[in-house]
Amino acid sequence: MPYPGSGDRRLRSPRDLGAEMIGDMVCIQVDNLTKRYGKLLAVDHISFKVEQGELFGFLGPNGAGKTTTVRMLTGIIRADEGSASILGHKASSLGAKQMSGVLPEMANAYTDLSGWNNLMLVAQLYGVPTKEARERGAGLLQKMGLEPRKDDLVKGYSKGMKQRLILCMALISDPQILFLDEPTSGLDVQSARLIKGLLQDLNARGKTIFLTTHDMDEANQLCHRVAIINQGRIVAIDAPDKIRLATGGVHSVEISFNGEASMEALAKLSGVNSVKKLGDKYRLYTADPGDLVALVVQFSGLNHLKIVSLNILAPTLEDAFVALTEKERK
Amino acid sequence: MPSGATVLQQARRCLIIASKDIRIYYSKGPVVIFGVLFPVFLFLSFTIGRHLEIDFMIPGLIGMVLFFTATAISPIVVPWETQARTLERLMSCPVTIETIILGDILASFAFGLGISLVPIVIGLALGISISSPLVLAAAVILAAFGFAALGNVFSIPPTNLPATVNMIASVVKFPVVFISGIFIPLDELPAWGRAISYVSPLTYFTDIARRCIQGQGYLPVAVDLLALLAFAVLLLAVAVTFHRRTMPRRI
Repeated sequence: MPYPGSGDRRLRSPRDLGAEMIGDMVCIQVDNLTKRYGKLLAVDHISFKVEQGELFGFLGPNGAGKTTTVRMLTGIIRADEGSASILGHKASSLGAKQMSGVLPEMANAYTDLSGWNNLMLVAQLYGVPTKEARERGAGLLQKMGLEPRKDDLVKGYSKGMKQRLILCMALISDPQILFLDEPTSGLDVQSARLIKGLLQDLNARGKTIFLTTHDMDEANQLCHRVAIINQGRIVAIDAPDKIRLATGGVHSVEISFNGEASMEALAKLSGVNSVKKLGDKYRLYTADPGDLVALVVQFSGLNHLKIVSLNILAPTLEDAFVALTEKERK
Repeated sequence: MPSGATVLQQARRCLIIASKDIRIYYSKGPVVIFGVLFPVFLFLSFTIGRHLEIDFMIPGLIGMVLFFTATAISPIVVPWETQARTLERLMSCPVTIETIILGDILASFAFGLGISLVPIVIGLALGISISSPLVLAAAVILAAFGFAALGNVFSIPPTNLPATVNMIASVVKFPVVFISGIFIPLDELPAWGRAISYVSPLTYFTDIARRCIQGQGYLPVAVDLLALLAFAVLLLAVAVTFHRRTMPRRI
């Protein structure tokens, strides 16, 4: 079943997927985690839990503390205060790293090695037996569409291919938990869809995924719960729908005509709070979209305009995100 | 305190990191230039036209080549990985910072060991004889490890530019060559020159090489070997201690 509003029939709702697999066991436990860079408080005493089998989104504007948090959870940097554990192991310990697969932000594979050799290198570093590594590696490369180029040096790969390879490297040890820092950032549509589809499959098979992203649609499509971090502090943490509704955003009616319409006239329609022109479309913000649709149809008839498209838009996670982060800024 | 199984596991992963470094970095331009070509041409520029005995030249040449080759790879790996954005991926694997550093040192050590065989073979072909091959072999191994650790110390400042590290390394390496008995044997140095030479690990290797090939050294063999061991341990400890602090700052 397609997730409402996704427009992508291959992507399924996180509510349909894996929800039954979320157990009571805590996979990630974060208590008062804090990181300072000089006078800057990059992460400010944050606490949260991620259940096993959950696909957890971690959202925030640039510089909010997302990557710093992921780096503390994956043992790259040490926290100044507080603690974090992964399946009961201290976050920076070898035990925690052994159970985690990591796709760091802006990471690269070794460009002087082939895709296959990169994969086998990581398998060796995780102590995966050779036969198992070869079988799993071949399967992952096949799934990610890299099999035909597996023996080519990575320096000849496109950005999307490199990112898919790094995801394969994160998965070669069959980890119980995945940390993905902006895995689809800057990728072409095909690569992004491939990665998102794989994440859903992995989560459906019970993997816990900690996903950092800027992309609100991606978070909305994939995540069971999201946390929004701003200026180092968590400002909201809940299911995407609950966050959307809790912030009380307004609905809008998006419409396009076969000709130009007067913005002033549209703004004067009853119940319209404001009007925006977005390309060839007009977006009318309102608290009562049902009544406004009838008025817009009437407006088009009176002005001899034909309606080309008309959509009612609910407040999005992006609206909630902007509202929450703006509120914090003020 | 890590368990025996953990130590063994990390030792295996250290060798995997060393093998990765060997595959990637041995053919890099700075390694070939600073590690192989540079010492050979430097040596030739000081020896050609001076009618020196082959027994005198070969210990110096072995010392120069071992010093430059063993310090060629270990300084550039960490900055190179920072620049290429592969370091964070490596650090997120179940390996400690100590394992990463030791792996880089081992790759440099193996490079020094392998290339230093070239002047030894050339020397043997030209008719030199080695009075104590086992002592020379022990000295080559200890010195190569110590020099590789020294190279790693050069990369402690958290820069992502291999050229910056090579500059820092050159500032140290060239003076060390001149005070280590390569061109002037220890017994011909003035007392103050000899005092300075004792701070260089290369001094002890050159002295032992002269004893094994030329038949005359200045210090007792045991002192040379112990000094090389002490430098290797000290430099490894410095490299690990400081990289533990600076490596997370590279990310």
